[in-house]
Amino acid sequence: MAREVSVDEVARTVARLCQEANYDLGGDVRERLRQALETEESPAGREILELLMQNADLAAAERVPMCQDTGLAVVFLDIGQEVSLVGGDLTEAVNEGVRRGYREGYLRKSMVEHPLRRKNTGDNTPAVLHTRIVPGDRVRITVAPKGGGSENMSALAMLKPADGEEGVIDFVVGQVERAGPNPCPPVVVGVGIGGNFEMAALLAKRALLRPLGQYSEDPDNARLEREILRRANNLGIGPQGFGGRTTALWVSVETHPAHIVSLPVAVNLNCHAARHKEAVI
Amino acid sequence: MAEISLTTPLSEEGVRELRAGDRVLLSGYIYTARDAAHKRLVELLEAGEDLPIELEGQVIYYVGPTPPKPGQVIGSAGPTTSLRMDPYTPPLLERGLRAMIGKGSRTPAVKEAMREYGAVYFAAIGGAGALIAKCIKEARVVAYEDLGPEAIRRLRVENFPLIVVNDTQGNDLYEEGARRYRIED
Repeated sequence: MAREVSVDEVARTVARLCQEANYDLGGDVRERLRQALETEESPAGREILELLMQNADLAAAERVPMCQDTGLAVVFLDIGQEVSLVGGDLTEAVNEGVRRGYREGYLRKSMVEHPLRRKNTGDNTPAVLHTRIVPGDRVRITVAPKGGGSENMSALAMLKPADGEEGVIDFVVGQVERAGPNPCPPVVVGVGIGGNFEMAALLAKRALLRPLGQYSEDPDNARLEREILRRANNLGIGPQGFGGRTTALWVSVETHPAHIVSLPVAVNLNCHAARHKEAVI
Repeated sequence: MAEISLTTPLSEEGVRELRAGDRVLLSGYIYTARDAAHKRLVELLEAGEDLPIELEGQVIYYVGPTPPKPGQVIGSAGPTTSLRMDPYTPPLLERGLRAMIGKGSRTPAVKEAMREYGAVYFAAIGGAGALIAKCIKEARVVAYEDLGPEAIRRLRVENFPLIVVNDTQGNDLYEEGARRYRIED
């Protein structure tokens, strides 16, 4: 017997998560900022890290967004296969949640209806929605509002298998360097390796959902994360690009089996806030 | 490091004294404009028509704020990436625009125009939009209301914390900063 979940509840939850993700910096990010403050050598860099923490405190206390770019709403739904979604169209419910969350939360509407005609939709819809069918009778909803400045500095490469680990590291670190001050460093780096063209990008996006400070369970991936973080921070770009030790706060790597001839690598850059909130209904 | 207090409008000689890395606290009136507003301004200039705002001695802030909550002057209001405004910037500098506020690198053409006409590029702290909003005391749409968050607003700011990235001597804080802290593997 399927457990019924109303799509209205999905909409209400999405609306709440859109606001919380924009108002409340994650505890994991705060902890990383505190750690970075101890290792940052640049006086301007330390000052910026402190200001980012003050900004987060102010946003949380006053219930206002940390950043004016309140993002494109990326919504992940992990839907238990024993769930029956009732009461309407699920995609429309997600968009209704975004619409309500952005209107009632005084968040900026940043979506245009066509990438070339560029007319604002006025309500920040549609969301970019990723669904997965998983075991169980629950629905896990994650909302990750993604800013345009850091998204624009993301990239994907179809490397050759012979490029190996060194090729992957060079591409990822090179992308952090090319991005320079534009994505508001210190950045959080999501890396997707393997799968195919579209899967690598989605792996990189999902990598940004992992808590900062938590390495991959795969020891090889964890080693890659450490090495990319070390090399990114050797670039010297620093907080806001003014020079310093803290260019990246964290690197998360997700991998997937790949074709014998392929080594796809995607880098999704995020700003320090790595905004996302989740709920299970 | 010492902070330099400046009040708008800015003089060319005052701006020419600033150096990359200087901390500035800016007060007075500044204007907001992003891609869409820049496009319209440049189209007016090309058509030889009057602009809706006077540029001489003024400062443009690249920002698209969030809507204000009841009781707020403005919503969160941090800088956006400046690169998108670069194609439109040299003609505005030629008309006397004295400073720009944004985040991220500028193109060589913009840096050259800053040297030629006497202007600086300031960075504000990207990602600190809630904090920056506290420096903004008044906000009023003065042109292109149809552009919504991208309309041109006149803001009155008090002690808006900025750092000089590009000065009139061709210095670039982003390049110098990364060079200073870079560790070669």
